Amino acid sequence: MIALVIRRLLQSIVVMLAVALIGFTLFRYVGDPVAQMVGQETSLQERAELRERLGLNDAVAVQFGRYVGDIARGRFGISYAIDRPVADLIAERLPATLELSFVAALFALIAGIPMGVYTALHPTRLLTRVFLTISLIGISLPTFFIGILLILVFGVWLGLLPTFGRGAVVDLGLWTTGLLTASGWKSILMPAFTLGMFQLTLIMRLVRSEMLEVLRTDYIKFARARGLTDRAVNFGHALKNTLVPVITITGLQLGSIIAFAIITETVFQWPGMGLLFLQAIQFADIPVMASYLVLIALFFVVINLAVDILYHVVDPRLRIDRGVEAG
Amino acid sequence: MSAPLLEVEDLRVEFPTRRGTLVAVDGVSFSIARGEVLGMVGESGAGKSLTGNAVIGLLEPPGRIAAGTVRLAGERIDGLPHEAIRRIRGRRIGAIFQDPLTSLNPLYTVGEQIVETVLTHLDVGARAARRRALELLGEVGIPAAAERIDHYPHQFSGGMRQRVVIALALCAEPELIIADEPTTALDVSIQAQIIRLLRRLSAERGASVLLITHDMGVIAETADRVAVMYAGRIAEIGPVRDVLKAPLHPYTRGLMDAIPAVGRDVDSLAQIDGAMPRLHEIPAGCAFHPRCPSAVAACGRDRPDLAPSGATEVACWLYRPEPAHGR
Repeated sequence: MIALVIRRLLQSIVVMLAVALIGFTLFRYVGDPVAQMVGQETSLQERAELRERLGLNDAVAVQFGRYVGDIARGRFGISYAIDRPVADLIAERLPATLELSFVAALFALIAGIPMGVYTALHPTRLLTRVFLTISLIGISLPTFFIGILLILVFGVWLGLLPTFGRGAVVDLGLWTTGLLTASGWKSILMPAFTLGMFQLTLIMRLVRSEMLEVLRTDYIKFARARGLTDRAVNFGHALKNTLVPVITITGLQLGSIIAFAIITETVFQWPGMGLLFLQAIQFADIPVMASYLVLIALFFVVINLAVDILYHVVDPRLRIDRGVEAG
Repeated sequence: MSAPLLEVEDLRVEFPTRRGTLVAVDGVSFSIARGEVLGMVGESGAGKSLTGNAVIGLLEPPGRIAAGTVRLAGERIDGLPHEAIRRIRGRRIGAIFQDPLTSLNPLYTVGEQIVETVLTHLDVGARAARRRALELLGEVGIPAAAERIDHYPHQFSGGMRQRVVIALALCAEPELIIADEPTTALDVSIQAQIIRLLRRLSAERGASVLLITHDMGVIAETADRVAVMYAGRIAEIGPVRDVLKAPLHPYTRGLMDAIPAVGRDVDSLAQIDGAMPRLHEIPAGCAFHPRCPSAVAACGRDRPDLAPSGATEVACWLYRPEPAHGR
């Protein structure tokens, strides 16, 4: 188990280095950083001095090492557009994105798994068809369209929910949260639904197909032949076996929820990292873009690590065998 | 002789399909006395397993019992409500399936699975259930049961897993054990062990066994009586010695001739020409008549019922006067 964690950690470090290299390349080769920092009237000599002072004349490997060292210590550079440390900008925006993603993922899981189980256990019922139809809509409608539709219905026509922003937030020092105020909750409903809808349908369909598969296996038939209650068979035996692939997909999807919150954040003007990133693209704000890239990669790596460890908790076959008997 | 434990009368299992109703088990009647081992033999698709599943109420939809009765110790158990038949499964009728590799849930230790079954059927505490599990594992011949109880199924070999499956079937001391091809998936050397174990445990407990197999050798070694099935019907049923030594039905004779015997010097084995008819093309009259070397006129016209001939009952016109005209 510990060996596995260490092995995975080493792999993660390699991945992060590769991503850092891409971020670094952005800095170095997307335009000239000096040209972007100085004004029209700066002389060539001043430019050369600045170049020297910033270390841009050092060997590429040295510069890359410095870059990695900086981001490892949380120094992401200064935003070109806003002229503030990128680390501060991210610290301000990160809670909003993480809260939104977390609520969306929770919604997708809490609704998606029971819906999947229900549709697998009762494949012919009316409600199953309703669920499947909803899931078809959820999977085929683009996210921004669902968001705009929600704004139109609940924001404009019914006037029930705010159409943009996070509502009132509470500052907890390092973290600002909207989950402690009523207006915060009202504000998060529509974006979280929009963001979670696609994941919900994905999880529901995955749970359904896995569950149908598992219900056909011999050990489920044998569990019934042993006279176990339906509850024990369906939930104790079938659902648990279904969860192994569901954990994988959910883990991967959590990463994409965070990464692709961009669209939802734009539609609802949610003050998160996605919005920050989009603004950064408009201003060619490379430090922000590169940092966003590195950070999202970090999320993916951490989530994958967690999923790998979870696997071993759920599925005993992956654990190292203690004396397999032969014959 | 006391009243039989299991009485199946005129059992008919149907599968409604788009192209009409398929009759997979047709008018099957047999009984098993207390402590008796009834072998049920036939080719794949003859309806052996379906008969077993019908008895414990585990037919997979759309299959259903269309006619006939199943009685356990005099009480009807076909058509019982879901919950009532569940209480009989495992408690009064234990089941063993073909493939021990897939009969156990891979995510639970064998101990957990036995304890779960014991707790479902017997009114005991968790500690007593675990003691019982240990006892059972010892009884089915698993060495170092105290250690093995916490192992997962994948840590056991095929033969050992089938022992665990037998332990699971015996959990609640059922009166009847339905063993559906219990040795088919095992090595020949293990097969004999498992059969002997099954025989010994059921004899010790006075439990009856319905042993479903296509292996005449297993039947010869284990069963008291044997029922030969062909195309969903019983062709011949009687004491093992009589049926194997002096088979009456031409199909049984064909089966016996097709078994290679040590010391018998033959150039080629006899075989029955043709194949068992598929369910939607079972011929009128005796289902075997197109392949039967001794068919007479009535065979293609009228279906013979089981009728006694010595200690055996046989469904064949050769052993009674032909009917004058068709029904």
